[in-house]
Amino acid sequence: MGAYTPGLKVTPKALLHFSRRLPLAGKVEVKVGDKVYWNQVVARTDLPGRVEMVNLASKLGVDAVELPNLLLKEEGSNIEKGEVLAYSKGFFGFFKSPYKAPFTGTLESVSKTTGQVILRTPPQPIDIKAYVDGVVEEVEENQGVLIKTYGSLIQGIFGLGGETSGEIFMAADSPDKILTVNDLTTDMKHKVVVLGKIATAEVVKRAAELEVSALIAGGIDDSDVRHLLGYDLGVAITGNENLGVTLVITEGFGPLSIAKKTFELLKSKEGKRASVSGATQIRAGVIRPEIIITDLEGDWEKETEAPPELELSVGVPVRLIREPHFGELGKVTELPVQPVVIPSGAKVRVAEIELDNGEKMTLPRANLELIEG
Amino acid sequence: MSDRQIRSILATDCGSTTTKCILIELTDDGYRLAVRGEAPTTVEAPAEDVTQGVLNAVREVSELIGRPLLDEDSNLIRPYDEEKNEGVDIYLSTSSAGGGLQMVVGGVVREMTAKSAEKAALGAGAIVMDVLAVNDGRLPHEKIELIRQLRPDMLLLAGGVDGGTVKHVVELAQVVGAADPKPRLGIAYQLPVIFAGNKDAQDPVRETLEKKTALDVVDNLRPSMEEENLQPSRLKIQEQFLEHVMAHAPGYPKLMKLADEDIMPTPAAVGSIMETIAKRDKINIVGVDIGGATTDVFSVLEGVFNRTVSANFGMSYSFSNVYAEAGHDMVMRWVPFDLDERELRNRIKNKMIRPTSIPYLLEELILEQAMAREALRLSFDQHKSLVTGLKGVQRQSDIAALFGLGDQESDTLINMMEVNMVIGSGGVLSHAPRRHQTAMMLIDSFLPEGVTTLTVDSIFMMPQLGVLAAVHQEAATQVFERDCLIYLGDCVAPVGRMREGKPILTVNLEGDIKLLHSGQMLVIPRTREEGPVKAKLEPVKGIDIGAGKGKPVECDLYGGTVGIILDGRGRRPFSFENANTEMSKQDRLSYLDRWNQELDLYPGYSGVGG
Repeated sequence: MGAYTPGLKVTPKALLHFSRRLPLAGKVEVKVGDKVYWNQVVARTDLPGRVEMVNLASKLGVDAVELPNLLLKEEGSNIEKGEVLAYSKGFFGFFKSPYKAPFTGTLESVSKTTGQVILRTPPQPIDIKAYVDGVVEEVEENQGVLIKTYGSLIQGIFGLGGETSGEIFMAADSPDKILTVNDLTTDMKHKVVVLGKIATAEVVKRAAELEVSALIAGGIDDSDVRHLLGYDLGVAITGNENLGVTLVITEGFGPLSIAKKTFELLKSKEGKRASVSGATQIRAGVIRPEIIITDLEGDWEKETEAPPELELSVGVPVRLIREPHFGELGKVTELPVQPVVIPSGAKVRVAEIELDNGEKMTLPRANLELIEG
Repeated sequence: MSDRQIRSILATDCGSTTTKCILIELTDDGYRLAVRGEAPTTVEAPAEDVTQGVLNAVREVSELIGRPLLDEDSNLIRPYDEEKNEGVDIYLSTSSAGGGLQMVVGGVVREMTAKSAEKAALGAGAIVMDVLAVNDGRLPHEKIELIRQLRPDMLLLAGGVDGGTVKHVVELAQVVGAADPKPRLGIAYQLPVIFAGNKDAQDPVRETLEKKTALDVVDNLRPSMEEENLQPSRLKIQEQFLEHVMAHAPGYPKLMKLADEDIMPTPAAVGSIMETIAKRDKINIVGVDIGGATTDVFSVLEGVFNRTVSANFGMSYSFSNVYAEAGHDMVMRWVPFDLDERELRNRIKNKMIRPTSIPYLLEELILEQAMAREALRLSFDQHKSLVTGLKGVQRQSDIAALFGLGDQESDTLINMMEVNMVIGSGGVLSHAPRRHQTAMMLIDSFLPEGVTTLTVDSIFMMPQLGVLAAVHQEAATQVFERDCLIYLGDCVAPVGRMREGKPILTVNLEGDIKLLHSGQMLVIPRTREEGPVKAKLEPVKGIDIGAGKGKPVECDLYGGTVGIILDGRGRRPFSFENANTEMSKQDRLSYLDRWNQELDLYPGYSGVGG
């Protein structure tokens, strides 16, 4: 028995669960057992409006304690843009100057300590969609729902941009293909386009112009990520980028062929609708970018594969996740118990690996990733 | 259970990347480290249960010692049974996984009460996501948006000395109230907010926040300009952390049950060990624990303990942020070979997305250690900028202040000349293939001055010993002295402006005389076991080795696994500060080559020297 490195899921058939939660308490629009579609609203809430703090006491030239007596509206009441909220005391009751509401909303609070009033714009409605086709399994009142579905799941290693959807379009005919802007066409509009080895900045920009929903590639250069975002990505928390297209990278940074299994699975689903998210969080509560192709006609319970065995053992397929041979695939042939000195000089626990091309090598266990699913 | 009965102790530290497990056993020679194992931390999906990683690490320990520690149902076998040769007596754990404790703090003036609030939060083991202040230049609606977006685990509000401003404090509370903040974990709970400001403002703050948050009021952390009272806030933060945050992290309720004592936050455990050493040996210490996501820096100066955490400097999750903050040139100044920026960027990002991978090739190790130097330097810079005297206190003006020469750097209370010991801990320092590499990383990033003892946590077990000390002081002390702290050797570093190639220091070691030149590094092999050697250090005019410019110093010098290290590269300024931009490439590589060879950093590496 040894340590394991959890890998990324590439599963043709699995029972999947998606939690769809509101950022703030609100209303759930569906009930347990309802069949839902990817673009259907399952819950909604009102996000509190923007707040403006106004030091009204100083604007009116009075002490904070006097403020409540001068206000024409009560705390919590609605206000209209241009409506007079208070008058200054003026000279013996004359020359009073008005303070008018700068926008429509509510007068949230008045403080006689600071003389501040808080004004708030009307709430903004937020809709949470189902994201995938499926069935509502659980409803957490006022919070959100859990959707159960069946289909294929592909997890990427890194992504940019939020949730989207579209039919799968195989732009590359092999996982190591390198596509250029000239390979992008107008019939990719609203599609989830599978590129090969790399998504270059030019390709991503052109895809956004063509209104492509999402791009899937094996790798991307970090320099291009910086170019696209306009800043250096320090900590990998993504999902809110506004690139005009969602991006899912399956292998890592640099030109890297899409793993064969992933590519073949995508190919077998060409023309089917996929739900895609680029949101990534590599830290506690990890979030991986994902591609989901639901298949509600399948035999949900029977065909579901057993959960993957998360253990490094002889015979299991692995991906090498560090130089040398970064990105290549192989299988474990032996797991020596005693630590071994590697070229860096460190003494670490290792595994004997046979690459897919037959080459054999000894590598740190930490540099292997199990290929799951 | 009395101390005498405890024969076998299992302790884990759940880091953000790796869960480390040690087994300590009572031998004829007292308590000793028996074996160590580790496994990736499993706070994240697919496991989402920290105990899985703990059990995996325990399994490795069990395998290495050849004794069952877990039963068939993966329960820990307790107590230790000598006859059956199975189990342990107690199990303890520390944790920094799950992103740690994330806080936003606020005060009235950025450099006064807000800074005190920041110190209180950091001292309690928190990561400070942002510091709000009335004078921070942001408009109220911007602060409100910020609080909403950050979703901290907890808020600490200070502001106003007792009897001072009420208005500004309440304004800040209003900002928090308007944001109507929700905690990161579990939206059904109210966000814990601690108010530790002007006591006259307590009632209006209650009025503003009591209904919207889980408000707690403690004593003012800055009762007067001259005084800080951080302890009540720190204790309240730690209490709230266990109650609210830990209880909602994946698998923690299970881990809490599994452990025989309270789970201690890793930084608190490491801090307590460092404080103990400083007190016991009556010395000034600077210590560091460099992790995957964060780097903690500790200092104990004249008995005063300070800790900072650099939330986004680390060797895995935060790897890419180190590069973004330091910049390409600062990283590459330590690297003795060429690497295209595009290639380097990709390698750094690949480490970030696969944080548990380790360098296999020597060149990869050199790159990783270059990054470590920058992560340590940046974290130490943050520590120095926080450890300052209290602002707002009237002080006698010195000449520098009179002429407006005071700056951030000179305000720090950390004077490296006064620091007696630097302690390194964390994977990249503890597990460096050669201790020489560790010593050089510590010197390059902390730039010790005068005579400083360099040490390292042998296999990165200070967190576990910190928690053990609270339960079994004897075992913790014995293991600490025999198996944990490794003496690398004393570093002797003269301070002052130097001219290239000129002699700067004569070192007389009981008749054995060495002459140190500017830009030179020298190692005098000597082990710790050989004991001290009487040394006379004579700097040239204008150079300080501890007693003032040009004045000699007599002291005892100790060796270690590396030896006595003489560093003639200069301090204030450090001659290699902007090596990649100010020196010719050939000069830079030639320096690296000489130092690498003198310290025997990377034996067999032939690429040095370009």
